[in-house]
Order: sequence, then structure tokens, then C-alpha cells
Amino acid sequence: MSDTPVIPEEPIQKARHPFVEAWEMFRRNHAAVVALAVLVLIILGAIFGPILYATDPFEMVWAPFSPPGVDGYLLGTDYLGRDMMAMVLNGARVSLLIGLAAAVVSVVIGVTVGALAGFYRGLVEEVLMRITEFFQVLPTLLFSMVIVALFGASLPMITFAIGVVSWTAVARITRSEFLRIRELEYVTASRASGVKNLRLMFKVILPNALPPIIVQSALMVGSAILFEAGLSFLGLTDPNIVSWGQIIGSNRQYILDASFTVTIPGLAIFVTVLAISLVGDGLNDALNPKLRQR
Amino acid sequence: MPAARVTLIRIFYALALLLAVLVLNFSLMHLAPGDVADTISQSMGGADAEVLERIRIDYGLDQPFLVQLGRYIGNVLHFDLGYSFFYNQSVTSLILERLPATLLLVVSAQVLALVVGVVLGVVSARRPNGMLSHFVTFLALFGYSAPVFWTGILLLIAFSLKIPLFPVAGMQDITVTGGFFAHAWDILRHLVLPMITLASIFLALYSRLARATMMEVLGSDYVRTAKAKGLSQRDVVYKHALKNALSPVITLAGLQFSAVVSGAVLVETVFSWPGLGTLAFQSIIARDTPTILGILFFSALVVIVGNLLTDFALRLVDPRLGGRR
Repeated sequence: MSDTPVIPEEPIQKARHPFVEAWEMFRRNHAAVVALAVLVLIILGAIFGPILYATDPFEMVWAPFSPPGVDGYLLGTDYLGRDMMAMVLNGARVSLLIGLAAAVVSVVIGVTVGALAGFYRGLVEEVLMRITEFFQVLPTLLFSMVIVALFGASLPMITFAIGVVSWTAVARITRSEFLRIRELEYVTASRASGVKNLRLMFKVILPNALPPIIVQSALMVGSAILFEAGLSFLGLTDPNIVSWGQIIGSNRQYILDASFTVTIPGLAIFVTVLAISLVGDGLNDALNPKLRQR
Repeated sequence: MPAARVTLIRIFYALALLLAVLVLNFSLMHLAPGDVADTISQSMGGADAEVLERIRIDYGLDQPFLVQLGRYIGNVLHFDLGYSFFYNQSVTSLILERLPATLLLVVSAQVLALVVGVVLGVVSARRPNGMLSHFVTFLALFGYSAPVFWTGILLLIAFSLKIPLFPVAGMQDITVTGGFFAHAWDILRHLVLPMITLASIFLALYSRLARATMMEVLGSDYVRTAKAKGLSQRDVVYKHALKNALSPVITLAGLQFSAVVSGAVLVETVFSWPGLGTLAFQSIIARDTPTILGILFFSALVVIVGNLLTDFALRLVDPRLGGRR
């Protein structure tokens, strides 16, 4: 007994939770970490800002075109003498909310179309991809302008109008992932053990197709925010709410008198979308480690 | 497959897409609240039910959906997109008046973005960690994140209000007299800012892709062979590598056409450029449905033609796709 060689005890490697591993990867991308912090600040500002800074964004509080920092108005006043600070904070809510909701709409449509096309192939794929191409041909902004103009500029309609024109990229990514994964052995095994198609699609294949879809979805939020800004810049928005694009649109005749009424909300859009796209980059590093060499 | 047949299939396919756009257009018109009869009666200052009924029969609105759809498609084939009661003009002539301005803006912005994007990408690919390469990264982030109308307004403030280099709005100065060249110069001066604004989004995209593909191509075997047989660095990069790096960029540019047209709507509004975008904006405010749908149709047409041209360009660059036979 005593002459059996002593096997040196290896330190036990505890399997780490995938989220921990992803976070480790994400953390190495410094720009993404900073962007995430900025994004958290923006979200907190959107949630609590209008509560803490309770000025009505529609109320005329002071003389028009008062520059930022003067007379106690941190961001100045717009062409109707409304408090820009209150407008930007309230606008953050609408911009983020519509951005998020429209991205959800487009991801749901895109994943469904892409999953069906990639899973069933054949005629289903042919038809669905033709529809996708059709939506790629329509100039997106113009199409959603038409929808909003014909059916009314309520928030749900705007969300729908943005979502329904921007799902094609998600559909293409989902389809190509499904085409790749459906041929893998573990899928064949599940199929052989009698798993039904619907379950196969959403419980067996989808989880493994998720990483690129998640990254794309993060970017969709950014482009949906830009999209909403464009629509409300053109005045195609609910007149009873403030959004960043709408502040720019309504003040743009007065850039000679007060350019800050246009530059400040634009800066808010820019920083938000930039933060989202940098976080998307970080997510890409964290979720698709194989693709990282670029 | 022979090139002629590929071309024919493409064209047939483009026509099918156009037909689909027409069906969508008509369905939207059908689904939207209010119809032509309502519009006409509004422009007359109201009408009673009997008159409304007469108008509906005159315009065939009492017919079944499919009959109306067929008639609509037939009309479009005769270049009749309906009548704008707001502008008191046929939609076709209204659009044809505005189309050249939009085409000028869209095409020049695409060309600018492609040329500058490819040059930036190629030059920065030769030094992946140089200043220019970082500049391309920065440009890509800015182009993606900045709302295009905001970029436009910033340029407007900087280069026509603070430093009056370029005109503030419009496409032509009516006070300009002189021959063809005086007018061309005038339009060019008006074009610069909107063109740069619109190109800024896509410039970022193209330069990043051009840099990535160029870096890949420069690392490939045939480039090493070309270097080994003693070609100069310039010949290797611009004669051999560039050709192969170009086709992904052209493919991407083709896919961007609908985004370019969308961006043009915003840019035109900022600079009061008298194209389809400002027309769309005005007719939406005026609730002028035939004009809006006509613009949707024509802009889809622009995108489809753009895609076709991209396809041909691709086959010129890449002989494997069967262009030179």
C-alpha cells in the first residue's frame, strides 16, 4: 500500500457559469465596458430623470432661446421658452422605449421567418426569402413614413412601423444559423428520439443560434432609436409626447438664433446609439469568441 | 449559365418585385381610412352621400378588390399613378419633375462614399495600426451612430452659417444667369453639403469593409506570388489585390440602395433639396395619398434598378460570375 505512487492532487477546476465566462470576455473590451456604464447612466436618467426633475416639458418657463447655463436653465430653453433639460430627459424615455419595443418586434418577426426558412427549407424557404428580399427593396424610412401617415401616429403604430421594416437582417442571420445547426449530430439525435418539429426549432436549435442573433438585436435597438429620431424629426410622431428627434425637428428653423436646441438632443441620440453599438461589439467578443480575430 | 440568360432572369425577377410593390401599394391604399371620394369631396368643401356614391361609381370604387387592383396595375403600366388633388397635377408628372434631383443626390452620394471609402480602406489596410486606420474606425462609429439629419444640420451650421462657403438650401439660385456651366456650377455648390451628409453614413460602412477584405486579400498566396515575381508594391496592391477586394464592397453598396434612398428623405428635408424626399414629406403633411404611394413605388423602382446595375457591375469585376462571355 505504501509503495503506490502518490498522485499529486490537481487543483479542482470548477466549471464556471457561462455568464461569468462571457463577462470575463466582455470585460477585456474596455470601450464596451465604458459604453455599458454610459448606457446604464442614460437608462437611469430616462427612468428617474423626469421624476427628480419634475418640470413639465410642454410648459413655457422662461424667455425663448435662453442659452445653456444662463438664468438657471442648465440646457437653456427652446423656441417656445420650454425647458430643454426637461425635454431631453422626457425625450429619453420615448426614444429608448420605442427603440427597445421596435427592436423586439423586428427580432420576433425576423427570428420566426428565419427559423421557419432555415428549418423547413424547400418551398417554405423559397417563399420566405423572397418576402425578405421584397422588404429589402422597399426604402425602409419611406415605407414606415407611409404606414404612420396612413394609419395614424400613435406610439404603438410607430413601433410597429419601425419593427415591420427592419427585421430582414435578423431573418437572414437566423436562417443561416439554422441551416448550419440543423445538420449537426445532436439535432439528428433529438429528431431520432422523437422530438416534435416546433420543440426542435425553438428548444433544440434556437439556443445555439442565439449568440449572433443577440448581437444583431443589440444593434437593432440602436438603429431603431435612429429610425424613431428620423420619423419624429419629420414630425411623424404623437404630438403629445417629446422625443429627441422631435425636439430637433421643431427647433431646426431657429438654428441661427440658438443652435444648441438642435445640437444637444442630437448629441443625446449620438451618444446613446454609439454606446449601444460599442456594447454590441463587446457582446460580440463575449458571445462569439471564435469570430474575434477581426 | 450563359450571361444573357442570367441577365434575363434578373430582369424578370426585378419586374416581379415591382409587381409586388404595386400590390402592396394598392392594399395600403385600400386599408387606409378614407378613399378618393372623401378626398375629392373635401377639396370641394364637402358633399352629400349621393354625390359621394356617384364619385365612387365614377372611379370604380364600388368594384371588387381584385378588379380595382387589376385596373390600378393596368393604369401604372400606362404610367398613370393617379391624380394629386393637393398639387392639382398627375402624380407621374409630379414625380418625374422631382426624380432627377433625388437621382443626382443619391448617385453622387453613393459614388462619393464608394470612392473615398475604398481609398481609405485600401490605404489603411496597408498599415493596420496607423493613424489612418484608427481614423477609419472612428469614422465607422460616427457614421453608424450619428443621426444623418443631425450631421446635416451640423454641417449646415458650420459651412454655410458660420463660414458661408455653401448655400443654405435648395438646388439652384434663381438669380444665377449664364450658360450651362454657370448653372452646373451653381447646382454643384448646392449639392456639396447634402452629398457629403448622405455619403457620411455609407462611407463609414464601405471603408471598414474595404479595409477588412483588403487585409485578407493582402495575406493570400497569390499576392505573395505577385510580390515574389518582383512586381512593385503599387502594382500588387492596385492591380492585383484591389480587384478582389472590390467585389464585397460593391455587393454591400448594392444592398445599401434602399437605405440610401431612405437617408435621402431626411437629407433632402434638412437642405430643402427639391427631390422625392421633400415631396414625400410635403404630401404626407397634406395627406395626399396618391402622391405618397407613387413616391413609394418610384423609390422602390430606383432601388430595384440600382440593384440590377450593381449586379452587372459585380459581374464586370468578377469574371467568375459570368460577365465576359
